[in-house]
Amino acid sequence: MNKIWLIVKREYLTRVRSRAFLLGTLLTPLAFGAFFLIQALMIGYKGGEKQHIVVLDEGGFLTKGIPDEQGVQFTKAAPGQTLETLKQAVRDKQYDGVLKLPALSNTAVKKQTIYFFSDDRLSPDVNNLIERRVAARIRDYKIAASGLDPKALENLETEVSLDPEPIDKPDDAGNALTSGVAVGISFFLGIIMYMVVLIYGSIVMRSVMEEKTNRIVEVIMSSVKPFQLMLGKIIGSAGVGTTQMIIWAILNALIFIAVQSFMGIDAAASSTAGLPEGASAIDPNDANAMFAQIMEEVGKQNWWYIIISSILFFIGGYFLYASMFAAIGSAVGDDMGEGQSLTFPIMIPIILAFIIMTSVVMRSPNSSLSVFASIFPLFSPIVMPGRLAFDPPWWQVALSIILLFATAILFVWIAGRIYRVGILMYGKKVTFKEIGRWMFYR
Amino acid sequence: MILSIQNVVKRYDKHTAVDHVSFEVPRGSVFGLLGPNGAGKTSLIRMITTITAPDEGAILLDGRRLDERSPEQIGYMPEERGLYKKMKVGEHLLYLAQLKGLPEPEARKAIGHWLDKFEIQSWWNKKIEELSKGMQQKIQFIATIVHKPRLLILDEPFTGLDPINTNLIKDEIAQLNAEGTSIIFSTHRMEQVEEMCDHIVLINQGKNVLYGEVQDIKNQYKQHLYRVEIAGDWPADFAERFQLASRQNGTATVQFSDEQESNNVLQYLVGKGVHVRSFNEILPTFNEIFIRRVAETGQTAPISEA
Repeated sequence: MNKIWLIVKREYLTRVRSRAFLLGTLLTPLAFGAFFLIQALMIGYKGGEKQHIVVLDEGGFLTKGIPDEQGVQFTKAAPGQTLETLKQAVRDKQYDGVLKLPALSNTAVKKQTIYFFSDDRLSPDVNNLIERRVAARIRDYKIAASGLDPKALENLETEVSLDPEPIDKPDDAGNALTSGVAVGISFFLGIIMYMVVLIYGSIVMRSVMEEKTNRIVEVIMSSVKPFQLMLGKIIGSAGVGTTQMIIWAILNALIFIAVQSFMGIDAAASSTAGLPEGASAIDPNDANAMFAQIMEEVGKQNWWYIIISSILFFIGGYFLYASMFAAIGSAVGDDMGEGQSLTFPIMIPIILAFIIMTSVVMRSPNSSLSVFASIFPLFSPIVMPGRLAFDPPWWQVALSIILLFATAILFVWIAGRIYRVGILMYGKKVTFKEIGRWMFYR
Repeated sequence: MILSIQNVVKRYDKHTAVDHVSFEVPRGSVFGLLGPNGAGKTSLIRMITTITAPDEGAILLDGRRLDERSPEQIGYMPEERGLYKKMKVGEHLLYLAQLKGLPEPEARKAIGHWLDKFEIQSWWNKKIEELSKGMQQKIQFIATIVHKPRLLILDEPFTGLDPINTNLIKDEIAQLNAEGTSIIFSTHRMEQVEEMCDHIVLINQGKNVLYGEVQDIKNQYKQHLYRVEIAGDWPADFAERFQLASRQNGTATVQFSDEQESNNVLQYLVGKGVHVRSFNEILPTFNEIFIRRVAETGQTAPISEA
């Protein structure tokens, strides 16, 4: 036990102090930060220079005018100006273009064409903006012309939300948001598990291969059992991975906050900018209420239960897959390409589990495939955490954890048998058949 | 006996790497473990160092079966050796010493002692990758002996060393041996065997084909060859009287069927008034014994060591 601890300590310290770790840990969030920053800049980008458009309102729609937006300024043409005089004004660089709004033939027209005169092309953004704004004005015009009451029209709109109510189960006061929040949580947990298994697994594999190519293995093995060495590496790598994830989480949060405050954009503004005027009517109060409601739903989840179970699935899944990666790493040695073909069979269940989690579990968390996949030990570390937010029966969770741990112990044992032989095998291309035979060596 | 190997068998798939091998390593000896490539030496060493376990037979270290604590009494420098390139010399040695069960303060002291001895105290904070191959070899040697093993197993310890460092390590080995450390020495270099070993075992195709004290084996394999050196010409009937293996100018190699006959040559030459400058027995070199014994017991097909 003491020796395993020594191995864990060395594995952790040398790796965490290595330049590769430092670069990978610091650069990844920076790349994320740069990505956020660029995205924020893109959203904030209003097409560069200002455009000044003069509007020839033949239909008389612009009782209210059009507000300036996205660097586009609208000016209503003074009475008495004609299209020709306005075109001349554009030529004289007084305006960038003339927008001509012809009168409606009647209030029932479904399609209306408006004209824009300029030798410069309009950007798709500005094009859409003008169409939306004019459509809204024509709507107002039609309402007024038909003598309708705008208030009465507004009352026609009804927002419907579905609230699932249990019959016999205790009411957990869920509503439409509950399942949405559950989907979010399960997707988040599922992705984390998937990443953890893949990233940590390959850390273990690389570390094992490095030791083999270094030729230090035999020296170490004359002091400790191969099994101790393997276990020490697996645990040490878990520490490295966890450290990296925690640093990433902190750095990403910091960078996100920094970028947001630097750009001074609030999420609500940027997300509604692209919506048509009618739909953009979610006023900030509504958005805030929605957010509060989501947070309330998130808070309603049984977090202790979810976190503790997820940690158990993380531990079980990690040992299960990391031991397999270690076994493969021991069998391959020098040739990275060979490693890839041997890891493929391990990747298949991981990827399958991820597909099941994202495509089946999130749509029907209680279907038979979901239940099976969340109990089957090769899938359960990724699938069950994804199901937890949907409150599966407790016996399924318990069964899944027990099966996972039993399988993980079996796999660690098998991996130890393979590792012991593989790590000392040099200059030989191995097949799965051979690896299978190694298990039975004394 | 520091080590006794009793009827040990090790099989891999269909191939028997070690086939009922028995021998004993006397306490305080320098013991040569010899054999061509793929003979089963590494398999045997790996069982002694508890890396693998025998399929049959038993291995006793100091009269007791190998167990969890055995590795702490053994120092092993494998032929395939290396160090963690990114680690610093001091922490690397500390790590290996602690793995051998040495408590940290004691390990620090022992490492300091050896670095002093090799006059490389300043290397403590150097990274392994900054050292030359020969320098790394020294570190490897220190790592092997830092925990004061009672049995030292060295597999080709001098490969990659220049003559100066070879002698340095050789001296250290001799000193450790003088202090009571038993040494198993595996090599292909027969002149080193003759120079350093007092006992040997020769393994071929997994079997023990020659085992005993170096001097005994040499005697056993001698062909009663004597070299005679004279001044002047050979007597006319010298070639007819004796069986000559070779003759060149003033030197001849004579072969006898019996040890006793050797005096006859001297008597004959003295009787003829020939001036004898030297007369000595030619003992076979280990190289010859090795090649002969391996040829007799069949050539080993090159098999990757497992």
